[in-house]
Amino acid sequence: MLEIEAGEKTTIRFTLNGKPVQAQAESRMQLADLLRHVLKKYGTHVGCEHGICGACTVLVDGRAVRSCLMFAAQVEGASVVTVEGLSNATGGLSELQAAFRRHHALQCGFCTPGILASATQFLQDNNAPSEHEVRDMLSGHICRCTGYTGIVEAILMTAQKRGGA
Amino acid sequence: MKSAPFKYMRPDTLEEALSVLVEHGEDVRVLAGGQSLGAMLNMRIVTPSILLDLNLLTELSWIEEVRGFLATAALVRQRDALDDATVREHIPLLAQALPHVGHYQTRNRGTLGGSVAHADPSAEIPLVLATLGGEVELRTARQIRRVKASQFFRSALVTAREPDELLTALYWPRRNPAQRSAFVEFAVREGDFAIVAVACTLDAGTLRIGFAGCGETPQIIERTGLVDLDAATIQTIAREASAGLACQSDLLGSSEYRRQLAAVLASKAMSALTRETVHA
Repeated sequence: MLEIEAGEKTTIRFTLNGKPVQAQAESRMQLADLLRHVLKKYGTHVGCEHGICGACTVLVDGRAVRSCLMFAAQVEGASVVTVEGLSNATGGLSELQAAFRRHHALQCGFCTPGILASATQFLQDNNAPSEHEVRDMLSGHICRCTGYTGIVEAILMTAQKRGGA
Repeated sequence: MKSAPFKYMRPDTLEEALSVLVEHGEDVRVLAGGQSLGAMLNMRIVTPSILLDLNLLTELSWIEEVRGFLATAALVRQRDALDDATVREHIPLLAQALPHVGHYQTRNRGTLGGSVAHADPSAEIPLVLATLGGEVELRTARQIRRVKASQFFRSALVTAREPDELLTALYWPRRNPAQRSAFVEFAVREGDFAIVAVACTLDAGTLRIGFAGCGETPQIIERTGLVDLDAATIQTIAREASAGLACQSDLLGSSEYRRQLAAVLASKAMSALTRETVHA
């Protein structure tokens, strides 16, 4: 049984964007804070810190989860992917990211990393989603700039381009 | 908002988890999916001295048919239950309710057992368990007991679980092939807490309607010997059922608003049952 005393730090080992990493974390540290404050991956944004806004969403073992509702110690041994890990092999925009750009699916970009994480898993689950299904998935993210239209289009067009829809 | 400091304990076996509860019961908060507890910790609504993380316990993530029940271990994720063919076959009401539970992202992590143990008054999973007449398995280091859902939910966020007990499984009565079911709710936005949620089953003339979001716990009404569920009967049952409900007022709506909404949603749910009959 792993035990971390209150206030004490422990070493967490996991895979971040395909590379093994280790970092020190206190028992109460959120995964979001481990990523940002310790590992300096500032692409993951923190909005509400209670699971509502969706900005901090990252992929843990392939699933989109709120990194403010997981503690750092919980990713021991897991594979975590943040927006920094979503670009293509040469470091350019992925197909999904390029679609976001093309369809004006962001303005300030605060919500975008979380939405990209969710959309990545969502398109793997469902290669031919309906607009209703995309909007239902997006209900887990708050975007105050776009009105969602461009985001919906970008996700649907990515699915279509991949040959699903 | 950051959680107050706590000692983090992550057992590798169920036995270890139960021994922590025996020793520290009152001081412990049990972490399953964390989609409610994580927020409560961050907002310091709860400040436990120990956080007991169950997430490594593979012993708590199975789904099995047990006599008249489909049993789901406590740590089955909502997402996995939604994808499970046996859940859809044997507890279709749960499959109908799960898309309303939180969001796509929170269902990836949230668990069936965690939702029942948390006992939020507006939560869908406790409502389905209570409407179907299901049971909760509670385990200590020394014994296992099963409590009917009707006795498990005591008040808002209060259950019959003792401090040294762990909720280990849920027992859902398996659907009789003739049973029909429907689930409807109203929330301000998709994925928000339901203001009122209604679950409904009809089986051999017995109608059960469960209401969440009205009072502190799920409220169930039953009518037997129903021959025909025509429009007039539906209206009468919906009116009578909602009149007898305990309804609370809060920022989202007054008790009278909730009562009215409960009647409307109950009618919708019953109508969905009859539409299903037509299609069958």
